[in-house]
Amino acid sequence: MSIDMAQFHQVFFEESFEGLDIMETGLLNLDMGDVDAEEINTIFRAAHSIKGGSGTFGFTSVADFTHVMETLLDEMRDGRRQITQPAVDVLLGSVDCLREMLTAIQDEQDVDEAKVTEYKKQLEIELNGSESIETTAIESVEAAAKKPVDNAQTGWCIAFSPHAHLLKTGNDPVRMFRELATLGKLTTTVDLLGVPDLFELDAEECHLSWQLDIIGHFPEDEIDDIFNWVEDDCDLSIQILSEQEGLDGQAAAMESIAPSQNLKTDVSMDTAKPKETGLSPVTKPNSNKNKKESEKSVAKTSSSIRVDTGKIDTLINMVGELVITQSMLSLVGEHFELNKLDQLKNGLSQLERHTRELQESVMNIRMLPISFVFSRFPRLVHDLSSKLDKKIELVLVGENTEVDKTVVELLSDPLVHLVRNSLDHGVEMPADRIAASKPETGTITLEAYHRGGNIVIEVRDDGKGLDKEMLKNKAIEKGLINEDAVLTDKQTYELIFMAGFSTAEKLTDVSGRGVGMDVVRRNIQSLGGNIEITSKLGQGTTIAIHLPLTLAILDGQSIAVGDERFIIPLGAIIESVNVTDDMINRVVGKGETFRLRDEYLPIVRMHGIFDVVSARATKLTEGLVVVVDGQGMRCGLFIDDLLGQQQVVIKSLEANYRKVEGVSGATILGDGSVALILDIPGLVRLSNQ
Amino acid sequence: MVSILAVDDSASMRQMVSFTLKGAGYTVVEAVDGVDALDKAKAQKFDCVVTDVNMPNKDGITLIADLRALADYKFIPMLMLTTESGLDKKQAGKAAGATGWIVKPFNPNQLLKTIKKVLG
Repeated sequence: MSIDMAQFHQVFFEESFEGLDIMETGLLNLDMGDVDAEEINTIFRAAHSIKGGSGTFGFTSVADFTHVMETLLDEMRDGRRQITQPAVDVLLGSVDCLREMLTAIQDEQDVDEAKVTEYKKQLEIELNGSESIETTAIESVEAAAKKPVDNAQTGWCIAFSPHAHLLKTGNDPVRMFRELATLGKLTTTVDLLGVPDLFELDAEECHLSWQLDIIGHFPEDEIDDIFNWVEDDCDLSIQILSEQEGLDGQAAAMESIAPSQNLKTDVSMDTAKPKETGLSPVTKPNSNKNKKESEKSVAKTSSSIRVDTGKIDTLINMVGELVITQSMLSLVGEHFELNKLDQLKNGLSQLERHTRELQESVMNIRMLPISFVFSRFPRLVHDLSSKLDKKIELVLVGENTEVDKTVVELLSDPLVHLVRNSLDHGVEMPADRIAASKPETGTITLEAYHRGGNIVIEVRDDGKGLDKEMLKNKAIEKGLINEDAVLTDKQTYELIFMAGFSTAEKLTDVSGRGVGMDVVRRNIQSLGGNIEITSKLGQGTTIAIHLPLTLAILDGQSIAVGDERFIIPLGAIIESVNVTDDMINRVVGKGETFRLRDEYLPIVRMHGIFDVVSARATKLTEGLVVVVDGQGMRCGLFIDDLLGQQQVVIKSLEANYRKVEGVSGATILGDGSVALILDIPGLVRLSNQ
Repeated sequence: MVSILAVDDSASMRQMVSFTLKGAGYTVVEAVDGVDALDKAKAQKFDCVVTDVNMPNKDGITLIADLRALADYKFIPMLMLTTESGLDKKQAGKAAGATGWIVKPFNPNQLLKTIKKVLG
């Protein structure tokens, strides 16, 4: 029977990567002084599973590599080997190497052999104190394994006396005899001498022994194989039956037992056969066609998501409710009379509730705990702090906060950048910290929490903080701002996000050359979020990323401009006001502004920007001004009217049409018409031009 | 219908074992560790148990010992899947009541051959 193993590869890769994460976390948690046995056992188990799987699925290079790791871990687990920091570092490096190997194999690319060999060598040095000499030993064992077949031999004579408990191991002598019968012509003679009296007989024990003669030309190994599992549970002797001896021996054996009670059975190959063939027809579902298809499906890596079964159950419940509502409604509709109006309304409101709940649970499926992103940081901090000779403790808070899968995927790189920055530029060297009467070990905190419809992720350090003067001087030096520019604290910190800004006096290979922060901000903005910095000199810096919970659905305020409908993200709206003539100001070169309390805000005329000719209000006093906030900058949108608030499903405009300035997407409204979703930061930018 | 309980904490191995055995006409129930397996074995009587050795919660050897103590599983064949070619694991397994072992890595044919061997 041929089974296409490729169908299990995807699962194997997924669980192997998980296993590697477990190993990594475990290794980082190892406390050199006081090693937790369960911790090391968990690490061992992960390595062990990867080895077993990779061997089975034919990835021998991975199996070989893991074997060395496993041996090392096994010795640590048994206490035969001291756990040392260098050994743990080698293991950590090997985890990385293994991850690369698996990724390469998964993507059907070549494995970096040189690197693999290098790490394997390191492991072996750790293991043996020198490089391996094991390979030759294995070969010689293999060579010795096959014993030559003696030509004079015509069969085998086996004396088999199982111990009383044999049956309790699930081993059945009949099963073994049947197997023997497949090797040649088998004659079994049972010896009943050991059977006790009926009253002393324990039906669960075996008191029989057998004389087995088998005629056939095959090596002793094949008999050994059959008795392999029971060799400790029986007395077994196997002797060569030569042609002459065979007949004599058989006769002698028969004679010796003949006077006592003995039974003789002939088990021929035929009796064993039907049972085997009984199963074989079913074993051919794997045609070549199947094989090709599944290979193809593995080649394109599918994006999958692991969902808590509880969430699926909720979903199934919801659908059940929906079906009930639907059947109720169709009952009402079948013979509709006006007196059933209440029933109909009732049913419709139920339908609305269930649809909303269904939508929520479907969205919930895409939600993953932020720990998917956070989990890589302990390693990063461990590696970098030792590289930088700094003492840093990483604190993770709110790891179970759930975020949309897309956000999780896209958040990783920006966060790495921010944490690296904190490590490199934020937290001071131990000596400097002591001098500043701070604890020697610095703390970096990664915290995630929900606020409103947003998720906030903070990277906090208790390092030296940002020096505003230095930032400003740097920006002037780089020609990014004018010398006489007056900046608020916020604007000063914002300088960091400008392209070409780098505050490190020396470039390090840890946090690069300052090309990052502008990219970080752009990434976050592309997710519909924003990023802000607060800092206190000498006390530390906090960088907070605000992101929408999901990228697929948005809480929106629909507005009317003439016949057109637009959606403003609810989170961006601060207030809406009726402007009066005395609030309006025209500033030369800046266009229209209005005064809101003690602030002057630019006005964006929606009908002007989007060319809506049917606009009802053209004078500012006739319509409404909605004050919106886009990344810390505010402006007023001049519109006709506010309609209702609703959740809208975001459809990409860029994918279906092209990018439009000031518009982030589109949605389909309840009546089937299309409404554009406004890109508030984009509009604010437009208003400032 | 001959039913087999397949126990392994590794999903890929479990699926491979299960797929192979189902393809040969057996009914297969999967369990993710020893605790899960013991629950399932109590709920339904299986004709054979195939278990991994190294598992969290309850390892395969303890599982075999626990199962052997149940009346329904006194004589049922129980096989361990093990990469540990070392004698100690096999011996410990045997002492717990294992029928035999299959050494990883193995291919579906080897597995099937061994299963047929114990189930006849």
